[in-house]
Amino acid sequence: MSLNSSIIEPIPGEPTPDIDGTPVEDRGPIDGRDTKGLSQGQIVRKRFFRHRAAVISLAVLVFVIVLSYSSVGLHVGGLHLAGWWPWHWTTPLPVVDRGHPTLNLVPGPDFGIGPHPFGQDEIGRDVFAIVMRGAQQSIMIMVIVGIVSTFIGIVFGALSGYYRGWVDSVLMRFTDVIITIPFLVVGAVIGNMIGNLGAALLAVGLGLFSWTSLARIIRGEFLSLREREFVDAARLSGASDRRIIFKHILPNSIGVITVSATLAMAAAILGETALSYIGFGVKPPDTSLGTIISENQAAFNTRPWIFWWPGVFIVSIALCVNFIGDGLRDAFDPRQKKMPSARAFARAASRQALRDHRAATKSAKAANGAKV
Amino acid sequence: MASFILRRLFAAALVLFAATFIMYLLVAYSGDPLKELYESQAPNKEALIEARSDLLNLDVPPILRYFLWLGGVVHGDFGYTVQGLSVNEVLANAAASTIQLVTAAEIIAIVIGLIVGIATALRQYSGFDYSITFLAFLFFSLPVFWVAVLLKQYGAIAFNDWLAEPTISVPVTIGLALLSGFLWMSILGGPPKRRWLTFGVATAATAAILVFFDLTQWFATPSIGIVGVAATAVGAAFLVTAVSTGLRQRRTLYGALITAGIGVALYYPMLTLVFPMMSWPLLIALAILAVVVGGLVGWFIGGNHRAASARTSAITAFLVAGVLALEGYLVWWSAYANASRIGGRPIATVGSQTPSLGGNFWIQGIDTFTHLLLPTIAIVLISIASLSRYARASMLEVLGQDYIRTAKAKGLSGRTVVVRHGLRNALIPVMTIIAMDIGALIGGAVITEQVFGWKGMGQLFVQGVRSVDPNPVMAFFLVTGILAVLFNLIADLLYASLDPRIRVS
Repeated sequence: MSLNSSIIEPIPGEPTPDIDGTPVEDRGPIDGRDTKGLSQGQIVRKRFFRHRAAVISLAVLVFVIVLSYSSVGLHVGGLHLAGWWPWHWTTPLPVVDRGHPTLNLVPGPDFGIGPHPFGQDEIGRDVFAIVMRGAQQSIMIMVIVGIVSTFIGIVFGALSGYYRGWVDSVLMRFTDVIITIPFLVVGAVIGNMIGNLGAALLAVGLGLFSWTSLARIIRGEFLSLREREFVDAARLSGASDRRIIFKHILPNSIGVITVSATLAMAAAILGETALSYIGFGVKPPDTSLGTIISENQAAFNTRPWIFWWPGVFIVSIALCVNFIGDGLRDAFDPRQKKMPSARAFARAASRQALRDHRAATKSAKAANGAKV
Repeated sequence: MASFILRRLFAAALVLFAATFIMYLLVAYSGDPLKELYESQAPNKEALIEARSDLLNLDVPPILRYFLWLGGVVHGDFGYTVQGLSVNEVLANAAASTIQLVTAAEIIAIVIGLIVGIATALRQYSGFDYSITFLAFLFFSLPVFWVAVLLKQYGAIAFNDWLAEPTISVPVTIGLALLSGFLWMSILGGPPKRRWLTFGVATAATAAILVFFDLTQWFATPSIGIVGVAATAVGAAFLVTAVSTGLRQRRTLYGALITAGIGVALYYPMLTLVFPMMSWPLLIALAILAVVVGGLVGWFIGGNHRAASARTSAITAFLVAGVLALEGYLVWWSAYANASRIGGRPIATVGSQTPSLGGNFWIQGIDTFTHLLLPTIAIVLISIASLSRYARASMLEVLGQDYIRTAKAKGLSGRTVVVRHGLRNALIPVMTIIAMDIGALIGGAVITEQVFGWKGMGQLFVQGVRSVDPNPVMAFFLVTGILAVLFNLIADLLYASLDPRIRVS
């Protein structure tokens, strides 16, 4: 891959020389754009929006978040804002049509979402409201775990990578200890301990144990960045350690941090739903996507929709976050270039061969003509 | 080297000591193990509470109790559960069934993951690559418990229903045939004409096989038959030769073909005389014998390339022996499926074996297989996702190296470049990642075991946490922790021995 990209990558600031040494002008706007003076943020944004899967994922994720928070409303602590959806996720309603979903996307008389698009459970609660509430809780846990683990990971990684020596030894041995404990194991114990106290606290507890890989990655980044010339320059001009860490190294490792944080969040939502599934995560009466599946898996034969919808939401949220992480990785990695497909390469090569062939026959004809 | 290992083990012991200490306190402070007794109505409540406190040393504060526990572990005693069972006995059974599950899943995941990863690396940026990449992301984002419930529904219940009357309808045949044609076309690739040829051949072959299965009711009484075994054996001979030395090495090919022939000739004697009295030692002995015979054939026929030829024939012999063993299982399949305990619903959804099934070696084997099938698929799907990505990245990294260009430039065949120069080097980082993953895999199997009612270490752990019982939880954690540390060490040593640029010190 690096081989190919080095062939097509233009050298910044000067035109790409052709094989025989004659310089040719920049080909096309896409190749040229990166070489013009854009800030890092602009380049990253541009590259990210070129990653089709990541952009679609971002749109889907935003849609899911807006849908879940606007439909059943915002309920945080004492704050209650009603949403546009008429039912609450705990209100039992009369069961219509044995609770079958009324969502119908086939054009016809029944087209539309109907009163209970995702159906009802056995006591008549609206599954759409339950799933929306579950999605809210799962997304909130995902974000909190992401923030807590990124913060601790940055602190541990930055301190041990920047100061090295005994600070590094102590912090990294501690990281080794935490990394030995599987996430699920410590999550189960923590969930059993504080699961009753609410989803937010559970999320903080999970975040306290899922920063280890982040810390290691950030440490590696700091170890290499602290040897760079601009850090030396800053140190020589009398910058304090704090200034070097916050103003010089941290902004330069933002790419690695963002990507790892995104991937940690994708792992967090799967971890949380798995914990809730075995009964150590979010506990009834509150709900999360894993809790819904756990409570209803026995009813798969009679009410499969209570099982399908939460699963679809888990998969789409995790998939979107993973794709966004992939898009960010490509956007931040200067070696990554969007490559034409192998077939496009082959087509270009055959066109070139045809052109060469024509030129050769033409010159041969010309030579023949000269002879005659 | 020895001092490196000793130092690593010492550091690992310290890390484990600290980790177990944290775990023990977390579990001990997560609730009250006497809660259910306080709430009970039993007349001898006081005596029960006292007995449990004595058994579990509950009068000692948790920080000191940890050292009591540690002292026991050093002497090989893991203590008692809340119910008063010895953890040692419980752990032995649980560990055996978990290790069985995880080993099977890991081996399959490694084989498929590597093949898929390498295939996508060789077809980088093709439609095949993009589809596999999407699937890998999808599998990676699947919650294992959700997949498991779906598998139970469609892999077991619906499949068992279908087995009662195994007919394949025409639309399904056409769909599967087109799918297989498309798959083969995108894997093998090449110029448009060859792609269409591949597509046509694969589609027709799949359709023919499916129609054959349908007409003969193959799934009701499955068997490969001597024709099928012969075809598979010859195919294996060609395939192994093509990958290991290339088909131009005629002597090697003949060696592999003769080995395959010996295997086919043994079909009836094996099936009628040897298989009815099969046992594990005999099976292993036969497998070793097959490899030795194959190796000898290859050695004597190999000419100037004895070693490569012997290797090729030995691998062929092993594969043919595997096909014969598979035929052994298939012969007893209908006996198994119609046994009174099974009642025509062979794919199991719960547990690790059918109680009091009886039957010979083959029937017991099928029973283990049908119970392993679904949990293994669940674990494999998710492990493949990350493994194939690692394998792909590693292979691409290697294929971009200068020595690959050199190998191509000096005129080596594509096979030699990919297998000898590419694959061998690409496997080094993948091997170390696999070794590190194994510890995490056992931790992750907790959920799978829970869904499939598998009485393994996951069950032990979940029940322990639920009843605030540190001893079984710690036993589980100690096993996973030690395995993680051991495999990390193995990964380091493996890296050092495979890659001469790395030195351990």
